[in-house]
Amino acid sequence: MSHPKGTLTRNTTAARINHWLTAGCFVLLMLSGLSMFDPMLFFLSELFGGGQWARAVHPWIGTVLLVSYAGLIVQFWRDNLWSRDDVMWTLAINRVLANEEEDVPEVARFNAGQKFVFWSMALLVPALFVTGVVIWDVYFSPYTTIEQQRIAVLIHSMAAIAAIIVWITHVYAAIWVRGSVRAMTQGYVTPGWAWRHHRKWLRRLAATGSTGPKPRAGGNTPRT
Amino acid sequence: MADLQSQDYIRRSASTMTPPSVRDHEQEVAKLIDVSRCIGCKACQAACMEWNNLRGEVGHFEGSYDNPMDLDPNTWTVMRFTEWEDEQGNLEWLIRKDGCMHCEDPGCLKACPSPGAIVQYANGIVDFISENCIGCGYCVKGCPFNIPRISPVDHKSYKCTLCSDRVGVGLEPACVKACPTGAIMFGSKSDMTAWAGERIVDLKSRGFANAGLYDPPGVGGTHVMYVLHHADRPSLYAGLPNKPHISVFVDVWKGLIKPMALAGIAFTAVAGFLHWVVAGPNEVQPEDEAAAQRLLHAADEPP
Repeated sequence: MSHPKGTLTRNTTAARINHWLTAGCFVLLMLSGLSMFDPMLFFLSELFGGGQWARAVHPWIGTVLLVSYAGLIVQFWRDNLWSRDDVMWTLAINRVLANEEEDVPEVARFNAGQKFVFWSMALLVPALFVTGVVIWDVYFSPYTTIEQQRIAVLIHSMAAIAAIIVWITHVYAAIWVRGSVRAMTQGYVTPGWAWRHHRKWLRRLAATGSTGPKPRAGGNTPRT
Repeated sequence: MADLQSQDYIRRSASTMTPPSVRDHEQEVAKLIDVSRCIGCKACQAACMEWNNLRGEVGHFEGSYDNPMDLDPNTWTVMRFTEWEDEQGNLEWLIRKDGCMHCEDPGCLKACPSPGAIVQYANGIVDFISENCIGCGYCVKGCPFNIPRISPVDHKSYKCTLCSDRVGVGLEPACVKACPTGAIMFGSKSDMTAWAGERIVDLKSRGFANAGLYDPPGVGGTHVMYVLHHADRPSLYAGLPNKPHISVFVDVWKGLIKPMALAGIAFTAVAGFLHWVVAGPNEVQPEDEAAAQRLLHAADEPP
């Protein structure tokens, strides 16, 4: 995609496709999963053609999501490594929430909140997959005991609820911080957006003459 | 079936309905299996297949009287044979007809996510309404007796219906009708309990001091009861649970977790909305763009 002049690439095309594949799977999994979680939400199974279809398709979508999320981990893990600055940023979360970011420690490509979402899902997705396989009755019921399946379905439910809560946080943050949605749909942000929210990232791009998302290899060390 | 008897539902899976209540004079029924009178002829198995039109695949001899070896979607009742030596060294051949116990507090029904796939009638029978079954296997996890079996062919769950179609028109279940020794009896639960009492007195007089009725309170009692010569040790009878109850994992999953999940999701969503109202969107200001341009152009120039 061609970006307007002077803007920075926040997410590559591959990363964006990967993200939206994951997002689509997540939403479908949430709808079909909730239909089987609470009777009041059983009507959601109609979106999939009825209860049998919701039950049958849910684990397959989950399998796609696992692979898709693995792709996101490969692309984003390095920028999500925890640093000392993240602790300072987290301690200043009240300022962040109040939209007063001036005195908050400068943020590299991802802030501590984004890292929290990333690593939460990196933990929850495999947990959901493993417990999901145990309760994937059609293919895997002979390999575990009923007691193991009971434990698996309980963990699966709790992990799913946790993932939904993380997801709500993620979606709201994207709506709240203007320009974030476009960063993931069209892939670009303005330099001002980067200055405001990810100043350390911007400094590294500027120092190496890169237009994002990564600093140019072999460039100067970032100015801080 | 479902429609004819829907006024008799007292419980319906995944539903918050108030059950129709005007027809409330139905007696609770029970099947009483007197293990001490069973000769292991399997007439009950044959009658069950016959009445319910079940024809499982012909299997192989497995070196045991058990045939087939386990319940399956086509086998809703099976005789389980146990050879047991008592403390005096006497061999006892314990034969138990296994199948759905029709719990008063049915774990399968509580675990089922599909409205109306599992129902309980006023007479106590727990029935699977296959048209509503989605094949998820939750009933398997809910059941304390390991009874429901999911068909790999049509992905529906199956088990003994206590011949609800026969009972509904005043007939006794097929297995009861076929039993040649009267080891399987059927009637009102109170009659069956009274009859079991007589049998237990008789058994005790014959030296079975621990004879008793198996009507486990952990599941609110059952509508299939056993007379056992060793009621103090039900597990002797091919692993009949000593104290069956719905698993604590199922209780938490179907109980505690639901309101907590709803509260957690609602809290997060409301917190987000309130933040929007109080703090509002975080928008890039012209100063930010200007500062960014200064930085970028500073980088352009050689140091």
